[in-house]
Amino acid sequence: MSAFANQLPIGLSIGAVLLLIALGLTFTFGQMGVINMAHGEFIMAGAYTAFLLGDLVPALPVAFLVAGAMGLILERVAIRHFYGRPLDTLLLTWGVSLVLQQLARDLFGAPNVQVPAPSWLAGGVGILPYNRLFIMGLAVAGVVAVWAYLTRTGLGRRTQAVVQNRRLAATSGIDTGRVDMLTFFIGSGLAGVAGVALTLVGPVGPALGTYYIVDAFLVVVAGGLGQLRGAVLAAIGLGLLNSYAEFWSDASLAKVIVLAAIIAFLQVRPQGMFVLRSRALT
Amino acid sequence: MRIPRPIVPAILVLSLAACGSDARPAADANEIKVGILHSLSGTMAISEVTVRDAELLAVEEINKAGGVLGKQLVPVVEDGASDWPTFAEKATKLIRQDKVATVFGGWTSASRKAMLPVFERYKALLWYPVQYEGLESSPYIFYTGATTNQQIIPGLDYLKEQGEKRLFLVGSDYVFPRTANKIIKAYAAANGMEILGEEYTPLGHTEYSTLVNKVTQAGPDAVFNTLNGDSNVAFFKQLKSAGATAESMPVLSVSIAEEEVTGIGVDNVVGQPVAWNYYQTTDTPANKAFVKAYKAKYGQDKVTSDPMEAGYNAVYLWAEAVKKAGTTEVEAVRKAAGGIALERPEGLVTIDGESQHLYKTARIGIVQPDGLIKQVWDSGEPIKPDPYLKGYPWAAGLAGQ
Repeated sequence: MSAFANQLPIGLSIGAVLLLIALGLTFTFGQMGVINMAHGEFIMAGAYTAFLLGDLVPALPVAFLVAGAMGLILERVAIRHFYGRPLDTLLLTWGVSLVLQQLARDLFGAPNVQVPAPSWLAGGVGILPYNRLFIMGLAVAGVVAVWAYLTRTGLGRRTQAVVQNRRLAATSGIDTGRVDMLTFFIGSGLAGVAGVALTLVGPVGPALGTYYIVDAFLVVVAGGLGQLRGAVLAAIGLGLLNSYAEFWSDASLAKVIVLAAIIAFLQVRPQGMFVLRSRALT
Repeated sequence: MRIPRPIVPAILVLSLAACGSDARPAADANEIKVGILHSLSGTMAISEVTVRDAELLAVEEINKAGGVLGKQLVPVVEDGASDWPTFAEKATKLIRQDKVATVFGGWTSASRKAMLPVFERYKALLWYPVQYEGLESSPYIFYTGATTNQQIIPGLDYLKEQGEKRLFLVGSDYVFPRTANKIIKAYAAANGMEILGEEYTPLGHTEYSTLVNKVTQAGPDAVFNTLNGDSNVAFFKQLKSAGATAESMPVLSVSIAEEEVTGIGVDNVVGQPVAWNYYQTTDTPANKAFVKAYKAKYGQDKVTSDPMEAGYNAVYLWAEAVKKAGTTEVEAVRKAAGGIALERPEGLVTIDGESQHLYKTARIGIVQPDGLIKQVWDSGEPIKPDPYLKGYPWAAGLAGQ
C-alpha cells in the first residue's frame, strides 16, 4: 500500500486514541462543565495501575475503579465547592494535577516505567499493528458502553436530566449531588481505562497526562459540550486531519494546522459540531 | 485565610529569623558551599534527578576523603523545575544569596542558555554535565559532557564503517537536534552519504505512526535519532510494532542511556546502537568503584549513565582545580583548571583550558537484553574537544550561523 493510503488507517487509529482520552472528559467537562485539568493525571493513574498489575486486560477494570475513586474523592473534597466558578475550578484542578504528578514521581520514581505488552498483541495487519487495533476496539466499546449507559439506564437518564435542567431535575426529586458524584466517577474511570491502553503506544511516567490533556479538551470542545456523537466525529476528524497534515508537512506544523482548523471551525460554530437543545431558561 | 491570634507573633518571629539568615556570613570557615541545580520536578526530572544523585555522591566521597583545602563541601540543592526562567532565578539565588563557590547543574540546552548570562554577569562558575550541540564556549562554564565532535561525528564514523550510507534524521524540535542535523548533513555531503529525510516532532510528542510510516516508506539504511525525553518511548514502541528491527534498520540514538532503556522497554530497543562516552559496563578500575558506590548509596537496581558520570566527574574536576589554585576564587580556579587530567570512570579526561571542554573518548554501544549497553567501538584515545568544529574542513560555515 502506498504511503498516502497508509495515512487513512493511521488517521483512524490516531482518532481512536483521541476518542479514548476524551471519552471521560465528555462526562466531567461535557456533562458537568467542570474544567478538570487533573484529567490527564487520571489517565496516568490508569497507566500506573497497568504497571503495578503487569498485565493489560485485568488492569482495564481495576484502572477504571482506581481512577474513578480518585475522581470521586476530588469531586467530593474540592470540586463541589467550586461549582459555577469555572476559572477557580481550573486553577484548583491544575494545582491538583501538579500535586498528583509529583506524587507519582515520589511513589514510582522520575524515570519512565515499562508495561510489558501482551504477546498476543505482537504483529499486525497491513500498516496497523494489533495494539492499534486493540485501542480502536476499546474506543468503540467505550463509546457503545457510554451510549448505553446514558440512554438505556435509569441513572444515565437522570444524568441527562441534570445536564439539561439542573433545577427542574432537582425539583422532580433527583438527587443532583449524587448524580454529580456518579458522573465524575465514571468520567474519571474512563480516563483510567484510556491510560491502560496508552501504555501500548506511549511513555509511562509522571508527565504522561500532560501529553494528552490538551488534545482531550480539543476533541470535547470541537465536538460540542456533552455530545457523545460530537466527540466521536471530532476525534475521527482531528485524527485524519492530523495524519494527513503531518504527512504533507511535519509534526510541528501539523499541530499548528489542527489548532488553526479548530479555531476557524469554532468561529463558525462556537458551540461545536452539535448543540445540546433544552428548554431550560439558563 | 484567618490566622489564629497566638500564631501571629510566632510568624513574625519566624520571618524575622528568616531575614536574619540572609545577613549571615556567606560560609562557615570550615565549609565550602557548592550549588546543585537540576530539575527535580517537571518533565526533565526523569533525567536530572539521577545527575543530582551522582553529584551528591561525589560531594560525599570528597568529604569523606578530607574535603577540599581542609574544608567540608556543603551542597545547596535547588530545583530548576524543568522551567528555564526558574533555572536563571535559582542560579542567581545560589550565587547571590547562598554565595556558593560553584554550581553544578542543567541538562537541556535551554536551561544552560538561560543560566549563561547569570553566570557571566556575576562572574561565577557553572559545571554543565550533558552532551550538547557545541558552538558555545563561555568563560564561566565548564562543559564536562561531549561536544559534537566527541559524540555525533564518531557516531557518523561508526555508521559509515558499517556501510550505512542512506540515513533518515529524526529529532525533537529544538536547538540540539536542529544543530546536530546541520552537522550531520554537512558530514554526509562530504562523505558520500545520502539524507533521505529530516523530521522534527515537538518535545513531548507521543504520536509517531505517521513518522514511522514516512521512515519505513523511505527505507533508509539507518536512522539517526536525536529525539529527547519521553518521545523516545513512543517512537521506539511504535517503530517496533510496525515491524522494524535493529538488524534491518538500526536507529543510532544520542539521548538514550541506561536510565532510559528500562522506560522504553528493553524489547523495543534491544540491539540498537547508541553513542556516548561512558557506559555502566565501561571497563576501568574507577568505573568499578563508581558503580559500586552508586548502587550502595541508591540501591542495587539502579544503573549509571553517561550524564550521571559527567556530573560525578564535574565535582571531582572542580575540587582538583580548587586544590591546584589553593582557593575557591573563580578566576584562580579557571586558570588552574586547564590541563588537569584525571582517571575517571570513562577513562582519562583532561580539561582543555582554552575551550573549557574535556578531552573524552567516544564510544558506540549496543543495547543488550539485560538493559545494559555493551561497547562495540571506541575512538581509541580521548578526542580533543572542538565545539566550533574548526578542525573539520567540511564543517566550515556551520559555526558562523
